[in-house]
Amino acid sequence: MKIVALCGAGIGTSEILRVNAVRALERLDIEAEVSASDVAGVGVAAADAQVILTSPELVSAIGRTNADVVVIENYFDLDEITAKLEVAVG
Amino acid sequence: MTYQMPPLDQLPDAAIALHRGAPDWRAAVRRAAEALTASGAADASYGERMIAMIEEYGPYIVIAPGLAMAHARPGPDVHGPGLVIVTLDEPVSFGHAYNDPVSVVIGIAATEADQHVASVAALANLFNDESVIPALAAARDTDEVRRLLAAASHPDLG
Repeated sequence: MKIVALCGAGIGTSEILRVNAVRALERLDIEAEVSASDVAGVGVAAADAQVILTSPELVSAIGRTNADVVVIENYFDLDEITAKLEVAVG
Repeated sequence: MTYQMPPLDQLPDAAIALHRGAPDWRAAVRRAAEALTASGAADASYGERMIAMIEEYGPYIVIAPGLAMAHARPGPDVHGPGLVIVTLDEPVSFGHAYNDPVSVVIGIAATEADQHVASVAALANLFNDESVIPALAAARDTDEVRRLLAAASHPDLG
């Protein structure tokens, strides 16, 4: 299982999302590799990913992908992230 | 080359700007840029690059209710890793679908893409408590901000 957390520059919000996604996966007892990427690098970073986590605004910047795109509204809401990841990987 | 960010509860006064006026989101981002400039992390042009990120990709930096995390890519106008906290006297709208209006702006700068991992993990720890954002917005002085940040300085990531 490979998951990519995506933001515009790859230095800030994607790292927040990555950290909280790791916590959500621990809650779900799911083994996964979670990386952070920026929009420019998403084609490479997500080439073999099952899930892309991002904000509503960046969905259109992702382009064609075989991964499930999961939109997170509140990056600090572990309940939201856990529930949406459970649907995406369950 | 490894820069270490100071622990969040040791942020210098220059990195904390409280109850600043900002008529719109661009001004709010510039307040964060001014704090990054004052603390020596970046030049003023970095603020315009943070604004350009939002103009290009939309207000995705508004990552939780009331909280924006302004940032741009590493570049020659970044002199070192920087993290600043700005609170606004009046919340402003960034045009986000869920998380407007914004009362706390965190500005971050990095010279390398993976530089912020430790302090960002600490931030994730801090804001998982949803009461922290309104508490920061209401903080009256820099010591109060550092007290609020102290809870995040030792991230328990297991």
